[in-house]
Amino acid sequence: MSVVEIVPGPKPSIWQRPWVAPLIVFVAVVGLWEALVLIFQPPVFLLPPPSLIWQSLAGQFGALMSYGFNTFLEAVGGFVIGCSLGLVVAMFVARSPRLSELLLPFAVASNSVPIVAMAPIAIVWFGIGPGSKIAIVAVMCFFPTMVSAVRGLTAASPDAIALMRSYAATDWQIFSKLRVPTSLPFVFNAFKICTAVSMIGAIVAEFFGGAVNYLGIYIKTQASILKTPDAWAAILVACFYGLFFYFVIALLERWLMPWRRMP
Amino acid sequence: MAESTPIIAVDKVSKIYGNANASTVALKDVSLSIAKGEFVSLVGPSGCGKSTLLRLIADLDKATQGTLLVNGHAPDVARKNREYGFVFQAPTLYDWRTVERNAELPLEVMGRAKADWKPRVDKMLAMVGLRDFHDHYPWQLSGGMQQRASIARALSFDPAILLMDEPFGALDEFTRERMNMELLDIWQTTHKTILFVTHSISEAVFLSSRIVVMTPRPGRIATVVDIDLPYPRTFETRESPRFFELMTVVRETLKEEFVGHE
Repeated sequence: MSVVEIVPGPKPSIWQRPWVAPLIVFVAVVGLWEALVLIFQPPVFLLPPPSLIWQSLAGQFGALMSYGFNTFLEAVGGFVIGCSLGLVVAMFVARSPRLSELLLPFAVASNSVPIVAMAPIAIVWFGIGPGSKIAIVAVMCFFPTMVSAVRGLTAASPDAIALMRSYAATDWQIFSKLRVPTSLPFVFNAFKICTAVSMIGAIVAEFFGGAVNYLGIYIKTQASILKTPDAWAAILVACFYGLFFYFVIALLERWLMPWRRMP
Repeated sequence: MAESTPIIAVDKVSKIYGNANASTVALKDVSLSIAKGEFVSLVGPSGCGKSTLLRLIADLDKATQGTLLVNGHAPDVARKNREYGFVFQAPTLYDWRTVERNAELPLEVMGRAKADWKPRVDKMLAMVGLRDFHDHYPWQLSGGMQQRASIARALSFDPAILLMDEPFGALDEFTRERMNMELLDIWQTTHKTILFVTHSISEAVFLSSRIVVMTPRPGRIATVVDIDLPYPRTFETRESPRFFELMTVVRETLKEEFVGHE
């Protein structure tokens, strides 16, 4: 038997960190953008240079963040309502094949509703305030959550279910101790998709009207008076809230599913 | 074995899958009686109905004809009485539970007092050699260790019977032979009745006090071979002339059956 010596490898250099490559790409793209604008001098309203967008963002940072927060709250409200409804319907659908035959066509139909067509009607139903935006976000979050949750709740293997039956487990025990944990990865995938969907939904819904202290209205107004650096700055703020939302859900996922943590 | 009431009694059991137009006879007129404390293996090629018979005893499937008694009860009553622990070919551990929490699962489902969980599970994990791995998740274990955890789980609620459906079928030869030894140790310390399905003749001969040889189309019992190798069985058992004689007896039975049907 030979003795295997375990030698510690060289310390990974800073270039091997996972965030380095994306950062370089980001800096390169912004630099190229600035350079191209300097060289070709397009009208500012068509393509403002990053430096100008940065000025706009810095100049009204507090206001933009508060508009963003208002829109973010609509997105969260719609997300909570839509995802909760999706989960509740999924629980019934996953339980009974007959019910799923009855409900699935409607669920698919809800997914094909074009939000652009829905928004003016939502304003008639729920008012010009946040209510109509929340409603639209809820509709958009419902479908992906429900479909993923049904798949997750029915994903337990036959043997995993037989094991529970061998213990004479009740239906509720099979549901809570097997089906729900099995469904979590599926459900969280849907939630993560819905974080992006809900920010988009809230902003697009605001294009159809609402108070001025919301991102969508701000973007639309500033773009219409050709103050596009302001619109770009607002888009950056929207990105920030979207990413923030995503990471909150991703953290929740890590916390609820410690077994998925790889070393 | 003393002629007491059998712990598992199978009487003229048939199982037919499908409907009147297209049906498969998985089991035909199978009768079998297993005494308390026996280690019985069901051996045979694919489609001989050995796994089906095990699932009928476990009430995971219903017999088409005939009667089964498990510890004196119909299979559905026996299942509700938690008379048996079942070990599947795949370890079937729940990914979201540590080894310890997996082994606790039956106790939790059965509503046993929480204070009893830890001592029971600690004892079982020590018996299968996983004490140091109690807080590991299934994906952190090798295939053999996962199957050990699943055996600890089946034993944690102390059932009288252990039903095992090709539990070592997916393991490599070396791991399988080591697991065979460990299973015999467990059997001799716990005095369980074990009904063990396998398609490996050598595994069956090494483990069992009795082998039920089954043949397919339709699934039925060809013969029952008493294995008179003394316990405790050791590494040397596999090299003894009697071991090879018994392997040949089982193999010949299967051969005759095939020749007879050609």
